[in-house]
Amino acid sequence: MRTIRIGSGAGYSGDRIEPAIELAEKGDIHYLVFECLGERTVALAQQARMKNPDRGYDPLLEERMRAVLPLCAAKGIKIVTNIGAANPEAAARKTADIAKSLGLSALKVAAIVGDDVLDACKNGDLPVMEFDGTIRQLGNRLLSANAYLGAEPMAQALAAGADVVITGRASDPALFLAPMIHAFGWAMDDWNLLGQGTVAGHLLECAGQITGGYFADPGYKDVPDLARLGFPIGEVGEDGSLVVTKVAGSGGAVTAQTCKEQLLYEVHDPTKYFQPDVVADFSQVKVEEIGPDRVRVSGGRGTKRTDTLKVSVGYVDSYIGEGQISYAGPGALARGRLALEIVRERLKLTNVAASELRFELVGVDSLHGPEVSAHAGEPYEVRVRVSGRTENLREAVRIGNEVETLYTNGPAAGGGAWKSARDVVAVASVLLPRELAKPQVRFVGA
Amino acid sequence: MKLREIAHSRTGDKGNISNISVIAYDAKHYPLLLEQVTAARVKSYFAGVVQGEVVRYELPNLSALNFVMDQALGGGVTRSLALDAHGKSLSSALLDLDISTAPDGK
Repeated sequence: MRTIRIGSGAGYSGDRIEPAIELAEKGDIHYLVFECLGERTVALAQQARMKNPDRGYDPLLEERMRAVLPLCAAKGIKIVTNIGAANPEAAARKTADIAKSLGLSALKVAAIVGDDVLDACKNGDLPVMEFDGTIRQLGNRLLSANAYLGAEPMAQALAAGADVVITGRASDPALFLAPMIHAFGWAMDDWNLLGQGTVAGHLLECAGQITGGYFADPGYKDVPDLARLGFPIGEVGEDGSLVVTKVAGSGGAVTAQTCKEQLLYEVHDPTKYFQPDVVADFSQVKVEEIGPDRVRVSGGRGTKRTDTLKVSVGYVDSYIGEGQISYAGPGALARGRLALEIVRERLKLTNVAASELRFELVGVDSLHGPEVSAHAGEPYEVRVRVSGRTENLREAVRIGNEVETLYTNGPAAGGGAWKSARDVVAVASVLLPRELAKPQVRFVGA
Repeated sequence: MKLREIAHSRTGDKGNISNISVIAYDAKHYPLLLEQVTAARVKSYFAGVVQGEVVRYELPNLSALNFVMDQALGGGVTRSLALDAHGKSLSSALLDLDISTAPDGK
């Protein structure tokens, strides 16, 4: 049976650089995938592109490509990545330039375009999934609309000889599904194979999260050598069989436990994991350890894809102002609480217009609120944190200022004050009729 | 005993929805999870955090439960005022849940 080995070289935009080099060097891989595009990242990248039409791709593109292109070219490893963010064509041109500068001018780089569906969304009046209302209500606050594309255009690019395939918004598992479809010729209506392939893609897409990252809990779940965490490799057979592993000697661990945690990560109903290419069903998945750092994952299934694509809509939501200050030693908790009361009153006295406010003590109740944290003991130090949502930047600035003035006007011995004010680009989702997104493959220089 | 003694957990986020998996280390403890880690109990445990419904999905093959908590992330990851906007730390909080091992399960 034919088998391919797919390495996962990044699980988010800012992820570590060297694990991908290790995969290319020692992983015996055929494909290297970089998942670099968070929910909101594409909206922020769209803003960058509006300022400069040659930008709008991931800021770490150059560093990542320089790190792996020579090795990948020498070994014939194909790269698939959503590092293109809001501008896959510019990212592809930049990558081709980098390749040239490394003496790799024969490298074929393809961009997948067509995820930008802002015009199609503006013309319709699609209901927003996160709140009552439609996309039209966002008016001129609407920044971007990008459809989660499926694996097909990426597989087409690979079939046309691409060494590097760069997308913008695409489903994360589809980045992994594309090499499988290309290598094995899977039919785009073989729902069970696409479902099991989606299991593989879903497990691999967060990179270190399946090799022991986001997992360690000393005394309960110990993980060796997290500073040298190895990123995962999926060995996928043409029948969809999957073994998850990593480079021998790298840090971390691949176990049944790490695989189970990642299988359910960001999953809702496990029988319906909606993807552009398939509705995957994780409910019958089985996980078994077959060797050190080798876990077989089987039983993924699927049903027919839906007629819509999920679209991430970026919009200017509001402004957030925030301030923090610390207290320590005997009475720290009481001084922290006094500080919060002072800021609460000051924001009222000075008529700061905030639609939502949070007053909390980091180290006491900031993460889960006073109810869940009620039984916690008194800490040695606390950090006051006040944050609020406003309509404009000017009001947001005033929130942090009211925390900072605690230095000279608040309880004794407050230190390390910090403040910020920023606009909030938020993301919502709509479902777009599938035929309104028209993905295309474009080779650099073609 | 605490849930932490028999299960591990991971939180995921999508918009304003948080999901928490609860996975038995040993399959023999899965019935305890089924019986005692109910959707109602999780909702009441996170009363100060989760504003919406909590739905529980069962995965017997994995000896795991998956809790999907609506309106749990301060209006959504990308707009939340919270320090932990993703709710990544919720899984550890849930592992503090008390589990009874008396033969009658009470």
